[in-house]
Amino acid sequence: MTTNGENSREDEIKADKDIDRQTESEQVQEKQQQVHKVSIRNLEAWFGSKQALKNINLDVEQKTATSVIGPSGCGKTTLIKCLNRMHEMTPGAKAKGQVIIDGMDIYARNIDPVIIKRRIGMVFQKPNPFPTMSIYDNVVAGLKLNGIRDKRLMDEIVKDSLEGAALWDEVKNELGKPGMGLSGGQQQRLCIARALAMQPEVLLMDEPTSALDPVASSKIEDLVHDLKKRYTVIIVTHNMQQAARVSDHTAFMYLGELIEYSPTKKMFENPEKELTERYISGKFG
Amino acid sequence: MLRSRGVNLQEGPRTNYKERLQDIMLRRSSRRRLVDKVVSISAIFSVILAVILLGSILIEVVINGARALSINFLTQPPGAIGSGLGGIGPAIEGTLIVVGLASAIGAPVGVLAGIYLSEFAGNGIFPSSVRFFSDVLVGLPSIVIGIVAYISLVLTLGSFSVWAGALALSIIMIPIVVRVTEETLKVVPNSMKEAGHSLGIPKRTIILHIVLKSAKSGVITGIILAISRIAGETAPLIMTILGTDLFFTSLTGPVDALPLRIWRLVSQPYQYAHDFGWGAALILILMVLGMSLGLRLLAHRRGFKIGTIAA
Repeated sequence: MTTNGENSREDEIKADKDIDRQTESEQVQEKQQQVHKVSIRNLEAWFGSKQALKNINLDVEQKTATSVIGPSGCGKTTLIKCLNRMHEMTPGAKAKGQVIIDGMDIYARNIDPVIIKRRIGMVFQKPNPFPTMSIYDNVVAGLKLNGIRDKRLMDEIVKDSLEGAALWDEVKNELGKPGMGLSGGQQQRLCIARALAMQPEVLLMDEPTSALDPVASSKIEDLVHDLKKRYTVIIVTHNMQQAARVSDHTAFMYLGELIEYSPTKKMFENPEKELTERYISGKFG
Repeated sequence: MLRSRGVNLQEGPRTNYKERLQDIMLRRSSRRRLVDKVVSISAIFSVILAVILLGSILIEVVINGARALSINFLTQPPGAIGSGLGGIGPAIEGTLIVVGLASAIGAPVGVLAGIYLSEFAGNGIFPSSVRFFSDVLVGLPSIVIGIVAYISLVLTLGSFSVWAGALALSIIMIPIVVRVTEETLKVVPNSMKEAGHSLGIPKRTIILHIVLKSAKSGVITGIILAISRIAGETAPLIMTILGTDLFFTSLTGPVDALPLRIWRLVSQPYQYAHDFGWGAALILILMVLGMSLGLRLLAHRRGFKIGTIAA
C-alpha cells in the first residue's frame, strides 16, 4: 500500500511479481540470501490522529539479530507490530507504507493479514501461554487451530520447537501438564516454542525479558544467540546492555522517528548522531 | 482552610508534629480495629442467617417431601381429587420437556448474543441498547412475559401449548445468559487473543477455542443459573401450558409442570395433597440440583479452569 498515487500502480505490479517470484523455486531463494530479509519503506503508523511512526526506512539482514532501542513511547513496539500487521488490530490504529519480507510487500492489497502472521513469529512482553492448554497443546496451538491434525507431525514439531526454545530438557517428561504451571522464564520460552512451531523465518520479540528475573532473562538472551543462526530476529528492548549483548545491528528510535541504525558495536562505541550518544550514555530516556 | 499561595510557614518555634501525628494515627488505629471487628462480626452473622434460612427451607422440604415419595408418586398421573391416589408423573415429564426446550432455545441464543456483545459489537448505540434492554428484561416480572406469550402465541394459535411455554421461559433465560456470557468473556485477558492473532489463527477460531474455552466455567454457571430460574417459574406457565392431569401428547397441546402442580396441590383442602405438594417441591429441587451437577461435571471433565490464569 502506498500513498503516492502515481507509484501505486507500479508497486502493485511489483508486488504481484514478488509473489510470483516467491512461489517459484529455491534458486530464487538463494539469490535472496544476499538480499535483505525485511525491508521497511516509508512506514508510517497512527493511533487515531496521533502519529506513532514517521517515515521509517530500515533493512534487516537475514539470520541476524536486530535490536530496537529508545525511550518509552518512542514507537519501538509499534514498529515491530507493523511487521506482522498486528498494529492495525488495535481499534483506531492504522499503518501506511511498505514492509517487504522475502520480497513480498505484506501491506499489498491482495495480502491476507492472517496469513502474514502465520509466517512471522511474535513473542510478547509478558509470557502469555494459553491457560486452558497443556505444554504440548500450547506448542502446537497455532498448528492445531489452523487445521493440522497429523499427530506424528505434531510430535516432531513439538520436540523440535521446544529444543529450539531450549525448554525440551526441562519439560520433556511433563508435556501433558498445564503451560501455566511453568515458571515465568519457562513460560516465555514456551511462548517462543509456540512461535517457532509455525516455522517462521522472522521472529519478532517485544521486550521478551521485561517481566523476567535476571537469570531467566540471561537464558532468553542466550537463546537469542542460538535463534539468530536459524531465524531473523528483531527484538525490542529497553535494556541497552541487552541490545549490546544480543544484537548485530541496533536501531535507535526517538519520538516515532528512526534516528540511527548501524552495527551494534559501532552504535555503542561511536554513534553517528549526538542524540544517540546522549541516549546511550544515559543523559536522557 | 486551603491556602492557594504555597506553604505558609509562620515565624517562631516549629511545632513538634511528629508526636502529634503518631498520636492521631494511634487513635485512628484503635478506631480502625473496632470498625474491623464490627464489620467482620456482622458479615459472619449475615452468612449464618442466610445458611439458617436456606437450610431450614431445605430441611423442611426434605422431611415433608420424603413422606410422599414412592414409585407410584413419581410415575402415575394425578388421581381424582380427594382420593389420595395418583402422583406427579405428568408434571415431571412436562417440566423436563418445557425446560429442556426452553434451554435448547435460550442457551445458544444467549451465548451467541453474549459473544457478539463482547467480541464484535464495541460500544455503539445498537450494542449499548441491547445491553440496556437485556438488563431491563432480567428485571421484568415473569407474568408479563407470560401475558406476552399468551397474547402472541396462545391466542393466535388457538390453544395452550408446550411451544408457548418453552418460548416464554426462553425469553426469561436469554437476557441472563447474554449478560453473564458477555461479562465472563470480557474478563479473558486480551493477551490471550493477541497470542492467538500472532499465530495467524482466524478470529472465529480464537473466540471458539481460546476465549470461550477459558471462560467456559463462567458461561456454564450463567446457563445453570438461568435454567434454575426458569425451572421454578410458575406465572408464565399458567398463561402458556395451562397444566393438565394427562401425560404429554403433543408440542401444540397443554402439558403439566412441577411448579404448576405444586400450586394446584397446595390449594386443595386435603392433607395428602399438601404432602404431595412437598414431594413435588423436593423433586423439583433435586432435578435442578442434578442438572447443575451434571452440567458442571460435563464442563470440568476436560481442560483447566479460568482460575489458573496468572495475574
